[in-house]
Amino acid sequence: MSTGTPQASRDSPGGEDDLTLVEAVRDGLAAEMLRDDSVMVLGEDVGDNGGVFRATDGLLDTFGEERVVDTPLAESGIVGSAIGLATHGMRPVAEIQFMGFVYPAFDQLVSHAARLRARSQGQYTCPMVVRAPYGGGIDAPEHHSESTEAFFVHQPGLKVAVPSTPYDAKGLLAAAIRDPDPVVFLEPKKIYRAFRQPVPADPYTVDLGEAAVRRQGSDVSVFTYGAMTKPTMVAASELDGDIDVEVVDLRTLSPLDRETIAESAKKTGRTAVVHEGPKTAGMGAEVVATVQEEALVYQEAPVERITGFDVPFPLHAVEDYYLPAAVRIEDRIRRAYEF
Amino acid sequence: MATDRHPRDASIGGPRRDHPDDGCIVQLLDEDGHLRQEGEPPSIPEDELLELYEGMRFARRFDERALSLQRQGRIATYAPMRGQEAAQVASARALADDDWIYPTYRDNAAKIVHGLDPADILAALRGHQSGYAVPDGVNVMPEYIPIATQIPQATGGAWAETLQDPERDPDTAYLCYFGDGATSEGDFHEGLNFAGVFDVPAVFFCNNNQWSISTPVERQTRSGTLAGKARAYGLEGIRVDGMDPLAVYEVTRRAVSKAKDPAADELRPTMIEAVQYRYGAHTSSDDPSRYRDGVDEEWADKDPIPRLATYLRDRELIDDEYEADLDDRIDAEIDAAVDRMEAVETDPAEMFDHVYAERTPELADQRAELERLRAEYGDEALAGDGQ
Ligand SMILES: Cc1ncc(C[n+]2csc(CCOP(=O)(O)OP(=O)(O)O)c2C)c(N)n1
Ligand SMILES: [Mg+2]
Repeated sequence: MSTGTPQASRDSPGGEDDLTLVEAVRDGLAAEMLRDDSVMVLGEDVGDNGGVFRATDGLLDTFGEERVVDTPLAESGIVGSAIGLATHGMRPVAEIQFMGFVYPAFDQLVSHAARLRARSQGQYTCPMVVRAPYGGGIDAPEHHSESTEAFFVHQPGLKVAVPSTPYDAKGLLAAAIRDPDPVVFLEPKKIYRAFRQPVPADPYTVDLGEAAVRRQGSDVSVFTYGAMTKPTMVAASELDGDIDVEVVDLRTLSPLDRETIAESAKKTGRTAVVHEGPKTAGMGAEVVATVQEEALVYQEAPVERITGFDVPFPLHAVEDYYLPAAVRIEDRIRRAYEF
Repeated sequence: MATDRHPRDASIGGPRRDHPDDGCIVQLLDEDGHLRQEGEPPSIPEDELLELYEGMRFARRFDERALSLQRQGRIATYAPMRGQEAAQVASARALADDDWIYPTYRDNAAKIVHGLDPADILAALRGHQSGYAVPDGVNVMPEYIPIATQIPQATGGAWAETLQDPERDPDTAYLCYFGDGATSEGDFHEGLNFAGVFDVPAVFFCNNNQWSISTPVERQTRSGTLAGKARAYGLEGIRVDGMDPLAVYEVTRRAVSKAKDPAADELRPTMIEAVQYRYGAHTSSDDPSRYRDGVDEEWADKDPIPRLATYLRDRELIDDEYEADLDDRIDAEIDAAVDRMEAVETDPAEMFDHVYAERTPELADQRAELERLRAEYGDEALAGDGQ
């Protein structure tokens, strides 16, 4: 695929292209911008530079300066003005350069974007998306590797989606942009370019709130998302023959697909959850709670949490020890199985 | 000091809001390295002039070596400072040892001048936390990466200085570095406002290198200057040619001394906008050809190193022999720093140290779990290639 031109539906209508996850993000943005004139992109270095990861590459040329906007360096300004834009007829997609730099905008997100619908009793709404690359494993500088999705999941009124494949990246992003409520869209940068997958050229959506079973199994269910899907799949295939592992990609963290979690947990009776963010009060705790609320009597072992440690994300020399590796996941799956 | 009407770039998107002082920019050395004004040269001692020069030459070489270490995969992402050596070295040399600096990821020369070991800087770039462990007696905060967050903190540090002995003027100043892009963040405005309200002994040093990644400063603000923003908070705002080491040195020295002991008609805190240019990429991950066509001649001609070299040669303070010897000394020092960097190791279990003053039971369990996994599966399986 050529750089500089977004793969929008017009290039190969009805067809599909092999895209990486980050190309699929760009393709999804382009497709939604073609569909709906009110969709616009704003953020730091999203124009000429095409975003530091090139997720907006070529969009400026195609859609012009008013819809692809390089902003001043100010996250609260970006998200706060996106809220204003969204409440007055636009569909802004704000890019935060790295998840670790969203905090100046935290107030705008949790005090306003998340609550405007409830505060105004449905009179005002905030149909916007905040995109951010997240996660570790790329030897990045300090503050560029964290996974703090739980902060956002904890906030009522925000939705949180995390794709793990190019196909889902485009479809979930489209669903997020069309959603009537604010969505935090977290992109696992470690797998931005890890593999390609056929992605339809035409617009499509992957519904928010629906998990995907990536691997059927009968012994242990493992719930994960984002970049951790890969080591989890590796662990599952390593255990193949000994333990029949089911892998569920949650895809949307809020609202959580409790039904799929419960179904899988009932079927296997042994469960684990994998994420790279810290353990305490992380997504894993929510999955554990869901399993015990919905499927307790089916459980034959405690739910295993395989997560980042409860420490500030270490500088990259030792980051691989912090991130759940396939052997670490296998080890705990085995423990659940043998309990 | 001489001032110059500084030509401003054509504005993007309409008129700029100007202040009468905006066109003034302090400059002592012209682009050819000659004093702008006849008469008395600035009262900088000869040994200080040589220190400035050696610091800048060291900075440039360090930068080149760091970029090549990055290309070889021996350190990770590096933010070069080529073109910005005068601003960093001369401002840091204007400080007393006890003064504090609050640096960013790009201010490596300032950190080194103020006492940090280049090996520690390289070790952090290689991913070792120990590189951020500043030795006792070196008044340098670990670098700040989230843009502008250091600014209110420097205000707080300087404020504390005034509370130790409210009867006396403080004898320590706080110098806070940040870029042009940082002036758009709320923290910049809150930090400067507090500095004005609490009248703290701080100097806010803005390295306006014209770019924040791909965004030109004209797009960052509709204000005519960045220094003008400081005036709105009751600080002195002053612009200096950031590629003129003598002007940076003089302006910073005055700001630092005023921070400690202002005259009756002077404001204690100052913001210095050092107007300069980033010759290189934003970082080793950046490709500037996407957003600019090389370096304008206008800026290339301002290179601070040949300017000071000419000044020193004219005064017969340096010659070819001196330069050759300096090259050797710098290379030897950097070689030694690289060797020390490569000797640094981090035990993965160290990530559990220093999270709290006392390790919590949960963290003790997690540390034990990591140690068990390492013993059982080995480091290669846990953290080898492909993880
Ligand atoms: C809060 C925050 N937002 C975004 C970033 C990503 N980022 C890193 S450097 C940079 C540009 C900074 O420009 P400037 O302040 O002019 O400093 P310079 O890099 O030019 O020295 C950006 C946007 C960040 N580090 N922190
Ligand atoms: Mg800059």
